[in-house]
Amino acid sequence: MIFLLPGLILFALFFLGPMAYSLRISFFEWKIVHPERSIFVGFENYQHALSDPIFQRAVLNTLAYTVITVVVKMILGLSVALLLNQQLPGRTFFRVAYYLPVITSWVIVSLLFEYMFNGQAGLVNYILKDFLHLIPKDILWFADEYLTLVPIILLDIWKGIGWAAIIFLAGLQAIPAELYEAARVDGADSTTQLRYITWPLLGPTTVFLVVVLVIGGLNAYVPFQLMTNGGDPLDLTHSVLTLMYEATFGRLDFGYGAAISYLLTGFVFVISLIELRLMRQRAD
Amino acid sequence: MNRKSQRNFDKVVKLTVLALGLGLVLLPIWYMIITSFKPQTMIFELPPRLWPQVWTLKNYIAALGKDKFGLYFLNSAKVAVISTLLTVLISSMLAFVFARLRFRGKETLFYIFLLGMMVPPVMLIIPQFIVAKWLNLFNHTGLILVYTAMNISMQTFLLRGVFENVPRDLEEAALIDGGSPWTIFWRIILPLSWPGISVVIINTFLYSWEEFAWANVAIKNSSQRTLPIAIALFQSEHLTEWGQVFAASLVALVPVLIIFIIFQRHFVQGISTTGLKG
Repeated sequence: MIFLLPGLILFALFFLGPMAYSLRISFFEWKIVHPERSIFVGFENYQHALSDPIFQRAVLNTLAYTVITVVVKMILGLSVALLLNQQLPGRTFFRVAYYLPVITSWVIVSLLFEYMFNGQAGLVNYILKDFLHLIPKDILWFADEYLTLVPIILLDIWKGIGWAAIIFLAGLQAIPAELYEAARVDGADSTTQLRYITWPLLGPTTVFLVVVLVIGGLNAYVPFQLMTNGGDPLDLTHSVLTLMYEATFGRLDFGYGAAISYLLTGFVFVISLIELRLMRQRAD
Repeated sequence: MNRKSQRNFDKVVKLTVLALGLGLVLLPIWYMIITSFKPQTMIFELPPRLWPQVWTLKNYIAALGKDKFGLYFLNSAKVAVISTLLTVLISSMLAFVFARLRFRGKETLFYIFLLGMMVPPVMLIIPQFIVAKWLNLFNHTGLILVYTAMNISMQTFLLRGVFENVPRDLEEAALIDGGSPWTIFWRIILPLSWPGISVVIINTFLYSWEEFAWANVAIKNSSQRTLPIAIALFQSEHLTEWGQVFAASLVALVPVLIIFIIFQRHFVQGISTTGLKG
């Protein structure tokens, strides 16, 4: 019992309690200073969110961001892991170096990408314009509602490959070497081995990664907040959470913010369940 | 080509691919490092150089001497270290219960804890804000408690997998010798789970060191700020002084790097023992 108690108390106080309380708030026009004067509004906050074009746009941004980053990180992460799983010189060095972006902090690298994608003298514009001659003039990345997503998405991919690779690597190392030896004896080439041994046996790792990466993607907050200053231009570049944050702590509309976060949580929950179900079917 | 040179050729190709990829991965970090050594007049130089013409330490002197940087650094260190220790302790105790003890409702309780892995931390900010207001926790204690609470689910899940892999024979021997669950936990399970615990330490330290959203609403008093908040604020106040922003950022990365280097030895092995592989 002593073992359970500290965890339980903390979890109840700062997780379960808040979750329940947040549900309640989402049905009110909540007054933060005088909660007792809050007005019950039923599902109005939810309806407001679903019919709000800014919210719809934030959902689209978040979905595009999630789909692109998860797919690219899975593919590149697996490629790096497959390479690192072989007998190559400098393996440990590569492993640590590829992981470096993962341990940098979101705030810092968001600022770094903002600097590299700077409209006038940024490194990226320079490479694209003067070095590769791909674009005729400098691009103002952060002035355009769509282009803003480019550095945000690239940042996430850059920062996330190492993590996906390490998790895949752990999965790869758990595959018994005898299987490959047997396959080699039977004359299977490396593509066949990848198709019939590696990929099926990585199933659980892949499921875990997809679920965690999708949850992370839908919850993107810091890069959006810092690189778009919370929705610039014109509130068109919000993620769901930056919008929630602005509604809550910018406009002090706690009820609306809580409704948005419940919509997001519901969505995350349903998506995760579907992913788990689909993947289990695939595994059978 | 004979087989041996074919294999060597393969190796060279693979190494080249790895090295090119690594170049792309390290380029932004390299650019941050050299920018922090460039004088302010060259921050927006054209063409942007990957090797500064002039090296200077001015950015470091200015950034570290400014705005109580040392204080923010210590604040972050204190919050991250205590949060990490608390999370390791609490999660491993919970994981021990879920991996070893038997009681009614255990599975249900475990699934309730797993909820914590699904719910976005930022979504809880509103009610946590209200709880913190109610308990007067707009301070470091509040940060520590929330960070620990937010990490418990994932880390308990990881550690349960680790503990289940510890062979039971040792415990049975200890039980016969009259050892209590505490002895088993401290003397047998924890020491044998070191790789898994390394993973938990890296995860939690990184999270608490860089957390932004909660600290941003919970810390009002400027002397209690943590580094991520201080750096973001500094950048918004000194829009073009990137050299100083990155000097401060790089110093802020040092502790995470140290923690990672110390514990990375066990990292991949540790992830395998957490049972993530399935």
